[in-house]
Amino acid sequence: MKEFLAFVRKEFNHIFRDRRTMLIVLILPVVQMILFGYAVRTEIEHARVDIVGDMSDPEVRRIVGRMDSNRYLDVQEVLPSTGFISSRFRRNESDVAVCFERDFGTRLRKTGTGHVKVVGDGSDPNSAQMVVNYVMGVLRSEQTEISAELSGSESSVAFTPSVQLMYNPAMKSAYNFVPGVMGLIMMIICSMMTSVSIVREKETGTMELLLASPVKPLWILVSKVLPYLLVSTVNFITILLLSRYMMGVPLRGSLLLLSVVAVLFVFTSLSLGLLISVVASTQKTALLLSGMGLMMPTVLLSGIIFPCENMPAALQWLSHLIPAKWFIIMVKKIMIQGAGFPYIIKEFCILAGMTVFLMTVGVRKFRIRL
Amino acid sequence: MNAIEIHDICKSYGRVRALSGVSLEVKEGEIFGLIGPDGAGKTTLFRILTTLLLADSGSASVAGLDVVKDYAGIRRIIGYMPGRFSLYQDLSVKENLEFFATVFGTTVEENYDVIRDIYSQIEPFRDRRAGALSGGMKQKLALCCALVHKPSVLFLDEPTTGVDAVSRRDFWNMLARIKASGVTVFVSTPYMDEASLCDRVALIMRGGIIDSGTPSKIESEYPYALYAVKGTPMYPLLKYLRTADGVLSCFSFGSVHHLAVDPSAAGVGEARQKILSDIVSAGFRDCDVQEIRPGIEDCFMYLAGRSRQN
Repeated sequence: MKEFLAFVRKEFNHIFRDRRTMLIVLILPVVQMILFGYAVRTEIEHARVDIVGDMSDPEVRRIVGRMDSNRYLDVQEVLPSTGFISSRFRRNESDVAVCFERDFGTRLRKTGTGHVKVVGDGSDPNSAQMVVNYVMGVLRSEQTEISAELSGSESSVAFTPSVQLMYNPAMKSAYNFVPGVMGLIMMIICSMMTSVSIVREKETGTMELLLASPVKPLWILVSKVLPYLLVSTVNFITILLLSRYMMGVPLRGSLLLLSVVAVLFVFTSLSLGLLISVVASTQKTALLLSGMGLMMPTVLLSGIIFPCENMPAALQWLSHLIPAKWFIIMVKKIMIQGAGFPYIIKEFCILAGMTVFLMTVGVRKFRIRL
Repeated sequence: MNAIEIHDICKSYGRVRALSGVSLEVKEGEIFGLIGPDGAGKTTLFRILTTLLLADSGSASVAGLDVVKDYAGIRRIIGYMPGRFSLYQDLSVKENLEFFATVFGTTVEENYDVIRDIYSQIEPFRDRRAGALSGGMKQKLALCCALVHKPSVLFLDEPTTGVDAVSRRDFWNMLARIKASGVTVFVSTPYMDEASLCDRVALIMRGGIIDSGTPSKIESEYPYALYAVKGTPMYPLLKYLRTADGVLSCFSFGSVHHLAVDPSAAGVGEARQKILSDIVSAGFRDCDVQEIRPGIEDCFMYLAGRSRQN
C-alpha cells in the first residue's frame, strides 16, 4: 500500500510540475466550452414526425399525406393526445410532433383560420430547428394551395402555426454542445494524458527500472490512472458549473445519475488510454493515436457537430462504436430532458460493455517485460 | 554457488542476431566486467538477466533463481542501473531516492549506511531536480537508487559512458567499496582500459563471447610480440606498417601504433632494430619503437580478428 501511495504522489508531482500538462488539464476545458458555442449546422433527412389530431378530418389527412411524401419527413404514428409527445421524445422514437386543433378542417373552411402546433425536440436544438422548418414549409405550401382552391369564395385561408420546442424553448445551442464538450474533455484528459504519461516512462527508460522492481505491473497502471480520475472529476464539476451558471443549461435530471454516467465514461476513456499506451512506444505516437485515432472520430461521429442521423449507413455503424456517442446521448437525456435511469438503460449497458471489454484487453496486453 | 549463470543464451530481433549462444558464470562477490563495443549485445544480455526480456533459447539464473520462472523473485533482490539515465527528471534528488526506496519496500533511513558514501556527495543538492544535475551527479544518483534496497546482485549497464575521466575513476572506487560490502557487481563497458579494474571479464563481440577470465590471464595469452611505434606523419606510417613484411597487425592507439609481429621470427632486440631502421629509411621523422606488454584492447583486437576469420 505504501508503495502504491508513493506512486500516486509521484504521478501528481509529474502533473503539477509540468506547465504544459497543467494547461491542457485545466484550461482546455474552458476554452473548448467557449469554442464549441459556434457549432456547425447541417440538414437532416427522414425526420420522424408524430401527429396529434383527428385523422378522419380530410384536411388533416391531406396535410399528413403531404408530409409523408416529403423526402425529409417520415410520418410515424398518430398519438391520441399531446401528453404522449414527451415520452416519445425521450425514447428517441420521434423528432417532431404536429398537433392539429379539434375540427381543424371545418374551422378552416368556415373561418379561414386553423391552429396547428409544431413541437420540436429542443434537447438537440440544431436538428430541432431544421425539422421544424421543414414542417413549416409543408404547412405553408399547403396553405397556398387551399387558398387557391377556395379563391372563388370571399375569404382567403390562413393557418396559424405555433412553434414550440420542448425542453429547450429558447433554442440555445449550449444545450447541444455542453454534453458534447463534456464527452470530449473527459476523453482528452483521460485517454490522452494517461497514455502519454505511461508512454513517457517507456520513452525515458524509467519503465525499465519500474519493471525490474518488485512492484506489480498492475499497480503501476492503477497508480497512473488514479490521478487522472481525480483531475477529470474536477473537470466534470468545472464544466457543470460553467454550463449551469454561464450558459444557463439546466440540470433537469438527477445529479447522482449524471455523475455515475460520467464516472463510467471516465473509465471507458482510461481503458482506451491504457490500450494506446500498450501499442505506442513514443509519446509522439501516443499523442497521434489519441489525437487522430480518438479525438477526430469522437468530434465527427459522436453527433456533437454533425447529426448521426444524416450520415451514410456505414458511418452510422461506425458511430455506434464511438463510446462518446453513448455518453453524450445519456448526458442530453439526463440534463436536458430530465430522464431517469430507465430511459438510458440501453446506452448505459452499451457503454459499460465497451468499458469492460477495453479494460480487459488493455490489462491483458500490458506486458510484464519490455 | 554462482551469482549469475548463463547457458547458451540466444536472442534475435527479427533478422538481427543480438546474442548467439552466450554462456558465462559470475561468482558471488566479484566485479565481473562485460567488455565490448557498441552493438555487441551487452544491453540485451543485461535485459535478459534483469528479467526484462525473454531469450529465444538457453537458460540463465541470478542468485539461483531462473530468469523466466522466478522473475518476481529476481526483481526483489537485484539492483539495476540502465545505460541511459532513467530517473524522473522532474522529481528532486531526494524524491527520486525516496520513491525508489519505497518501490522496493524500504526507506532511505533504513539503508542509509549502504549509500552513505555516494549519497553524501550529492546530498547538498538533494532539493534540486534530477534533470538539472551534472552528468557525474546523475550517475551517482542513479547508483544510489539502484543500491538503496541492499541488492545482492547489482547490474550496471555502461555506467561510465559519457562521464569524464575523474568521475570514472571515482565511480570505480565506489564499485570497489560496494563489492567489499558483499554485493556481486555485473558491469558492462565499452572502455577496454576499465577491464583491469574488474576481477574477471568477458569480451563480447557480435553477440558472442570471444574470451573470458581474469584480465591478467587474458593478457598473458596474447601470442605475439608487441611494439609501440611512433613516427611523423602518423597516418602514412600506419599504412606503411600494415603493408610491411612480417607485420601481423597494426592498430592506432592514441599517439602510438601498436604493432604485432611473430615472436619466433627473430630475437627481441633484433625485431625492434629492424622496425626502427625500416621506418627511418622509409622517410619517417621522430621515430621511436618500444616493446610493450599487451593490454586488454590489444587482446580484444586480436581475438576479434581471429573470430572474424572463423
